[in-house]
Amino acid sequence: MEGKFSRRDFLKLSGAAGAGVASIGLVAPAHAAEVGRATLPYPVKDFGKARALRVNTPVSFTYPDAASPCVMVKMGRPVTGGVGPDRDIVAYSVLCTHMGCQVSYEVSTKTFKCPCHYSTFDGEMGGQMVTGQATENLPRIVLEHNPKDDSIKAVAVDGLIYGRQSNIL
Amino acid sequence: MSTRSDRIALPPVNAQRTNLACHFCIVGCGYHVYKWPENQEGGRAPQQNALGLDFRQQLAPLQVTMTPAMTNVITDGNGRRYNIMIVPDKQCVVNQGLSSTRGGQMATYMYTPTGVGQNRLKEPRIFTGDQWLDTTWDQALAIYAGVTKRILDQDGPSGLMFNCFDHGGAGGGFENTWGTGKLMFTALQTPMVRIHNRPAYNSECHATRDMGVGELNNAYEDAEVADCIMGIGANQYETQTNYFLAHWLPNLQGATVDKKKKWFPGETVAAARVIFVDPRRTPTIAVAEHAVGKDNVLHLDIQPGTDISLFNGLFTYVVEQGWIDKDFIKKHTTGFDEAVKANKTSLAECSRITGLSLDKLKQAAEWAYKPKASGHLKRTLHGYEKGIIWGNDNYLIQSALLDLVLATHNVGRRGTGAVRMGGHQEGYTRPPYPGDKKIYIDQEIIQGKGKMLTVWGCNAFQTTLNAEAYREVIHRRSNIVKEAMAKARGATTEQLVDVIYEAVSKKGGLYVTLIDLYPTMVMDAAHMALPAAHPGEINLTSMNGERRLRLSERFMDPPGSAKSDCLIAADIANAIKRLYEVEGNKKMAGRFTGFEWKTEEDAFNDGFRRAGQKGAPPIDSQGGDTGYLATYALLRQAGNNGVQLPIKEVKGGKLIGTEMLYTDNKFSTGDGKAKFLPAPWPGLPKPVQAQKDKHRFWINNGRVNEVWQTGYHNKFDHFVRDRYPMSIIEMNPDDAASLGIQSGDIVEVHNDYGSTYAMAYLERDIKPTHTFMQFGWYNGIVGDVVTEWTDRNVIPYYKGTWASIRKIGGAKDWQQTVSFKRRRYV
Repeated sequence: MEGKFSRRDFLKLSGAAGAGVASIGLVAPAHAAEVGRATLPYPVKDFGKARALRVNTPVSFTYPDAASPCVMVKMGRPVTGGVGPDRDIVAYSVLCTHMGCQVSYEVSTKTFKCPCHYSTFDGEMGGQMVTGQATENLPRIVLEHNPKDDSIKAVAVDGLIYGRQSNIL
Repeated sequence: MSTRSDRIALPPVNAQRTNLACHFCIVGCGYHVYKWPENQEGGRAPQQNALGLDFRQQLAPLQVTMTPAMTNVITDGNGRRYNIMIVPDKQCVVNQGLSSTRGGQMATYMYTPTGVGQNRLKEPRIFTGDQWLDTTWDQALAIYAGVTKRILDQDGPSGLMFNCFDHGGAGGGFENTWGTGKLMFTALQTPMVRIHNRPAYNSECHATRDMGVGELNNAYEDAEVADCIMGIGANQYETQTNYFLAHWLPNLQGATVDKKKKWFPGETVAAARVIFVDPRRTPTIAVAEHAVGKDNVLHLDIQPGTDISLFNGLFTYVVEQGWIDKDFIKKHTTGFDEAVKANKTSLAECSRITGLSLDKLKQAAEWAYKPKASGHLKRTLHGYEKGIIWGNDNYLIQSALLDLVLATHNVGRRGTGAVRMGGHQEGYTRPPYPGDKKIYIDQEIIQGKGKMLTVWGCNAFQTTLNAEAYREVIHRRSNIVKEAMAKARGATTEQLVDVIYEAVSKKGGLYVTLIDLYPTMVMDAAHMALPAAHPGEINLTSMNGERRLRLSERFMDPPGSAKSDCLIAADIANAIKRLYEVEGNKKMAGRFTGFEWKTEEDAFNDGFRRAGQKGAPPIDSQGGDTGYLATYALLRQAGNNGVQLPIKEVKGGKLIGTEMLYTDNKFSTGDGKAKFLPAPWPGLPKPVQAQKDKHRFWINNGRVNEVWQTGYHNKFDHFVRDRYPMSIIEMNPDDAASLGIQSGDIVEVHNDYGSTYAMAYLERDIKPTHTFMQFGWYNGIVGDVVTEWTDRNVIPYYKGTWASIRKIGGAKDWQQTVSFKRRRYV
């Protein structure tokens, strides 16, 4: 890992549903209390500098809590929903929206593939299901990039994470 | 409020729960429908929600499929709003808790005033000659019955044409095939009827039936205990998804070896091997190769249209090797020697015609038919669908395949079967067809015959062959009536009937009525539309690909005054009956009696449950003579597991069915013996060969996973429409490059029959000069370039046409919103 992406932040998740994943750093309340919000109370998670990301190198993290494994990728070209100076940084929940098996990122195709019922999602197209048995695209982690300090933050999730009634437990 | 779907409402423990068999593909997965008041929800603790799951923490994988698409808020007729959630039933033996991308959308497709369903037909509509108007059932029926009666009286029933479903699931079911069938065949007595997906009233399985083998002869469980599975012209992962995932894959992966040991003591058992017969490397083959390794998957990638030669080659070879059941052939079949002679094809000849190597052919024969180490015959399941049903040619391919199946005794033994994989669920109960020959209805209409066309729960504009010519004629003939109606200002209903009749009888017009859920493409040519209802809004029974009969229960009201097809048929019959009664014509009024139904159950009791009973008229029913045993009450109790037809008995209040047919070796022929049929290789049909000679590309076609049939729901669903804004055509990348075509480009596909448009989707698994175009989708209709050729029973060769392709342009928007990543897992 480079820059501010510490090993502690981006544990490589394996096995079932991220059970027992270690603590996350840098989680802070989303907004000051005087501003109401029309979304679930998502935490803000700071990932440090966008320039620290390497092209097509997946980075694992959890969001909005330790039980929800996600992956961030800098795609190397502007893509749907991409943020950052090159509009190419995206992140998704990696629990397949069909039945919650963990999808894995395939570097050669920039897709996420589910080993259980063979659904495939396109990382470059907002997590669109390429083929498979899900009824939803991959939940997209909403990222914000601040050009002033080049910081990347996760601020919300677009789409329901598998196995939850609400994205915020 | 945020529009992000990041939270849903859970059903409380007291939510109403009903059963619903998925109304899309033939598999008919079991689902539960939960319904509860809009402003309530269950808690997250397991004892606080109807799913019994603990949502206070992240669920582990494979516990549930519960997505925003599986929820909705519906409004009942009384104005009350309810949450619904439709989730797969873990106890259902068919899907075992699995949900496909199609069935998983059912809640989304239930009527709401703002969602997908806002596009539904809600009230009868009539075209005034200038615009569409909502009207009452009485007014619409007065016109429909008036025109129908006039044609019946003046010209006889042959003026009344119907395009009508004959299946189960949505837009079908035993109640609705009976209602429509009784109207068309008993009351109107018209033979001018074609079925939803083909241009005549015919079976897709004439040959196998002639041979004494009904086409749905085993159980899904047989796929778990087969030694070898041969999938022929069927892309199971995308078209019979959960049959493949829940019953085929476990066997291929060796997870059912213990079950085999138990079922077949003393026999050699191992993980099954799978053989796919398909010119295309389908997404299913990719999944299978990934799941069980290439060494356990054999892909017989035959040249298009050469299936007959393949099966004849294998048949000849296994007979030579002695890998056949001589005792079975002798005792329980006829015609073997003649078939051996007529079908004789050396492996070398077979290899030359099919393009397969001798090694592949031998390997296929060994995997499927070489006796096991224990000396027992292999148990090989043959599952086939449109690749041969809509192939070259339907009757002969099925004959050739069944000859091979019968010789190796792969029917009537557990773990075997020669079965359709199926499209829709089934649900056929009708009076006998009132004719003694197959009539090519599309051609009759193109030739100017018929005066009134009722299009019922189907859409030939998007699905027939030679479709461009067909649409063109119907639009022209429809316009003759529209122009006449436009001039009839201030006309009463009686006067309007006169105007319409004159237009259809003297000017070549055609009066078109659409009966459907939605104003489909046919609406453009229609003069009247009647709103129908679908499962969930009505009670409906259907059976799946293993003859499993289930009752899908009504849990909400249909929109507006929409109603089930059987009750619409009854309304039409009763309206015509009244007209005859008024003029004192008792004889004709008598033909329209027996439609005094108030509910779907009334129609079920009148048709399915009367078949074969004393005093009942002749009824062709998939429930057979024991259908009467199935009551709605017993079916409700049987839930999503239902009962496999035919029903044997009712024991302890439970319906007992039949898992596999022909276990007693008594086949459905006069003498009870299965019959071999000769099936010599005929080459390509002339009109098809003519297109092949002129055009570069084979336009193979079929379904894609996410789209159900004509996409009548899907076209309004952003999840599907965003993915497939237009029919895709998979092309070989080198072929595409030679024409300057990239993924996302719009191409014209054209030949002597017509031209159509598609979105190029480059795929390296597509062989040079081959293509694969999405079938049935509303934007880009492959039938426009399909020849008019049919087999002896008027079954089309949809899969067999050749055309040229040119680049039209590109839709920049789609290149930025549609993924063109490979649809093959590996």
